[in-house]
Amino acid sequence: MVSEASNKAGKVPSHSDELDVTKFLWVQTRRHLGLLIASPGEIVNPLLFFLLVVILFPLGLGPDPEQLAVLAPGILWVVALLANLMICMRLFVDDFEDGSLEQLAMAPLPLAVAVVPQLVASWLASGVILSLVSPLFGLMLGFPLEAAPTLIASLLMGTLIMLLLGGVGAALTVGIQRGGILLALLILPLYVPILIAGTRALEEVTSQGDPMVALALLGAGVTGGLVLAPMAIAAGLRVSLEL
Amino acid sequence: MSETLLSVRDVSINKGLRQLLRGVDLAVKAGEIWQLRGGNGVGKTSLLRAMAGLARVEVFGSIDRCDDVLYAGHATALKSALSARDNLLSHPSGMGMPTSAEVDDALARVQLRGYEEAKAGRLSAGQKRRVALARLFLPNGRLWLLDEPFTALDTHGIKVLEARFIEHAQAGGAVVFTSHQPANLGDKLNVIDVEQFSGE
Repeated sequence: MVSEASNKAGKVPSHSDELDVTKFLWVQTRRHLGLLIASPGEIVNPLLFFLLVVILFPLGLGPDPEQLAVLAPGILWVVALLANLMICMRLFVDDFEDGSLEQLAMAPLPLAVAVVPQLVASWLASGVILSLVSPLFGLMLGFPLEAAPTLIASLLMGTLIMLLLGGVGAALTVGIQRGGILLALLILPLYVPILIAGTRALEEVTSQGDPMVALALLGAGVTGGLVLAPMAIAAGLRVSLEL
Repeated sequence: MSETLLSVRDVSINKGLRQLLRGVDLAVKAGEIWQLRGGNGVGKTSLLRAMAGLARVEVFGSIDRCDDVLYAGHATALKSALSARDNLLSHPSGMGMPTSAEVDDALARVQLRGYEEAKAGRLSAGQKRRVALARLFLPNGRLWLLDEPFTALDTHGIKVLEARFIEHAQAGGAVVFTSHQPANLGDKLNVIDVEQFSGE
């Protein structure tokens, strides 16, 4: 097989400056955020989807506020999960098709680090916005406003874990035509524990219980995901790019 | 000027079950310009990508390259929603991390002065190509691996690019590019016909 860049004649002096990793990551984050802002559909569509489901559920279930309040945690979390799936399906597609990913793979830093800006930008534009407006959607389902901090906290952590896990699936399936269904099959089972912990936190807080156990589980998921997912995503992208 | 920037030894490339190329031997030294020539589908792009380290699965043999490589392929990594300047400033290859002034200067050298703020999606095919090639006018990479760099360029653009190749080679860099057409690069140019390595 091919031996890597080790030149026998010693290190070839480089006339490009040492890469400033922090600056590179910042510039890449701005690039991705700029792209998301330039095509607002990617930000607005998941929110619209969320809004539509929240409007339709009371129509289908009947307007009984108590019944809606019982179902609200499950509805809010399932919709957040599906909205996240929509985002993950698009996550690397454009960068794969226009050659950005292979250029990223050429960048003189580990791919696991180089993909972080894309994840950060996607989370800011989807998970964070969705979490912050979720109390509004919760109100429409009779979810108490006092429980909003728990709702926001659980969704902030939940959307981040789901994006990290979904990123692994997206990286593996980006090279496949219509890989969306495969992606859903791959990662939905992994979303189940997050869904259970998230809805559990909301049920506890609405029944005057203690949501901290469920929130701590989500927190543990975030920590583990942040450490492991970038490496798995980089490995998946290498498979897709046939590197 | 004998420092080797790229050495390809006994490399074979498979595509599926077919052997595309075999027995490729090539050493590119600082100050040299190489053209990979050959018809469509012969394997020029595959060979160039193997040189860049972008296709490891079906490549056998040994490829050593210096650690300062610029690869520019058919996919230009340009985002149509970003301006020409922002595209170059935030180019994902990350090398050099140019300043705004350097980028504007590079755009001027590819005759795109005044288009710095233009969204890449609104430029013509040739202009997009020039934005992508403006990377070559930034302090960027020692070994250049370029796939069909002359595509969609007008005669003046080709002249500018050829002059830049010679300038880069004189500064101690090296260029390997694929092209069907004969290039006007004087005695600096080494041509290698990829068809001679055809497998089967």
